[in-house]
Amino acid sequence: MAAKLDLRRFPGFLAITILCLVVLYAPLAVVAVYSFNASTSITNWGGTSLTWYVDVFTGPEAPKFQKAALNSFVIAVCAASIATIIATAAAVAMTRAGRFRGKTLGFALINLPLMVPEVVTAVASLVFFSAIGFTTGLMTILVAHTVFCIPFAYLPIAARMQSIPDQYEQAAMDLYATPSEAFRLVLLPLMTPGVLSGFLLAFIISLDDFLITNFVKGAGIETLPTAIFGSVKQGIKPNIMAISTLMLGVSVVFVSLSWLIGRMGQDKKQAS
Amino acid sequence: MGGGSSRIYRGNGVKLMLPSWLIIGSFLLLPVMMMAVYSFLTKEFRGGVIWEFSLAAYDQFFFDRGLFGDEPPKLEWTYIGIFWRSIWQAGLATIACLLIGFPTAWFIATRDPKSRSIWLFLVTIPYWVNLLIRTVSMKFLIRDTGPLNEFLMASGIISEPLGLINTNFAVQLGLFYSYLPFMVLPIYAAVERYDFALSEAAADLYAGTWTILRLVILPVVKPGIIAGCILVFVPSLGAFLAPDLLGGAKTFMIGSLIEEQFKGSAGNWPFGAAASMILLTIVMCVLLVYARSQNKGEAR
Repeated sequence: MAAKLDLRRFPGFLAITILCLVVLYAPLAVVAVYSFNASTSITNWGGTSLTWYVDVFTGPEAPKFQKAALNSFVIAVCAASIATIIATAAAVAMTRAGRFRGKTLGFALINLPLMVPEVVTAVASLVFFSAIGFTTGLMTILVAHTVFCIPFAYLPIAARMQSIPDQYEQAAMDLYATPSEAFRLVLLPLMTPGVLSGFLLAFIISLDDFLITNFVKGAGIETLPTAIFGSVKQGIKPNIMAISTLMLGVSVVFVSLSWLIGRMGQDKKQAS
Repeated sequence: MGGGSSRIYRGNGVKLMLPSWLIIGSFLLLPVMMMAVYSFLTKEFRGGVIWEFSLAAYDQFFFDRGLFGDEPPKLEWTYIGIFWRSIWQAGLATIACLLIGFPTAWFIATRDPKSRSIWLFLVTIPYWVNLLIRTVSMKFLIRDTGPLNEFLMASGIISEPLGLINTNFAVQLGLFYSYLPFMVLPIYAAVERYDFALSEAAADLYAGTWTILRLVILPVVKPGIIAGCILVFVPSLGAFLAPDLLGGAKTFMIGSLIEEQFKGSAGNWPFGAAASMILLTIVMCVLLVYARSQNKGEAR
């Protein structure tokens, strides 16, 4: 008998995992800690205070960042909503409509935004919008964001739909449900967790984008990432660390939400 | 998919796909094609193009014809060098992600299901945090007067700052940090699917550890590793934030080269479009090789 080696427990893998988590969290943790620094210098520690959080909301740069945050939020909500509706239709087609013309190629097209490098998408959008004379501004950002949000919304929705057997709708139809009732009353409630996580993912991806926004935004229009980038170019100021920490908090809330929704979906599946 | 609900949707596939095709087709596919056309046009000073066919952009990329453009063409290394450096940086970041990401994914996938989801949750949170914020945080941490150097100097390990910022290493670290979760997740998914009874069976049949790793585990885990490498390498190659914020002039990468062509009056749109086309071609080749290898794996 060969020496019994438990492949599940390589020595050292725990250490590497912890190293991995330290690398992932150390920069964020350090910035979060320094955002509570009372000193105007970002290097020296001047005691704990909320000065910079107050500054974010009332300081000289507050109007700029508030406007940018509002832009980011509105664009993310609109882009994610449109993308989720479009992606839901596409997911129904891909998982329920059987074979149809252009299915394979159409699937590739949906995933195209994931394959084209971000900087190339940015350049192409800029070139296109300027060629058709589409004045750059909020609308161009919204259109560009909707495009790259579609595959991110599509993935969780399609994954969810694949796990729903179509007998449910068949049963509904046998009991004289109209196709629209079968969709509204049977399929839609079952796929809701997928649709919600698709929306959340698209929302976060839209909020996250810097590069494409930076290319297609017009002069004077900023989203939160482009405003932060502009400010960081002149050096990291303490108010940026406070904003970063706030955004970190928002992200953590969102992950927890989508995690809970995912759990909810699983519980339902087990219950049924 | 047979019978069932497909009788509701059969025949409506194209109709349901139409919105996504229209949006992505007209606002991504068409723009990319337009960019391809732009790369063959003449540049206008102050940005923009003149509608006149020209190979000047590609010529400028690959050849050096002297200051006045009348010398015999030599290979121009500036831009090829930038692409080569980008490939190299992205490659190193991918290897680093694999070295750290594989053991992490393996460790998480072999926990019991309850703690597994907590570990996984911890690894995914940073992926949801704004990339710009993460990159700025890294810059803050490793800067010469930043907390890392302060800490190391205060504890007497080093006597002067490490000088990490604005180096190739800082850029690699930034890329590694940006895309590490992309490596962990697909490998985790692959290892989780692996049935450890198989390696026990192999051990019972007198296979050594090395043989088990190579012949039993590797074929199952390999697709996850390849997917992880692609997911790290491709975005690293065209990355803009990490090289721009953590690197300096010496660490110029493709993303910055392209960005520069569209900013300000020094821009050259056809050249930027040509560089984008070359980047797109490289990425599509990588993806094609990947798709081929996946198909081969399925056929076997």
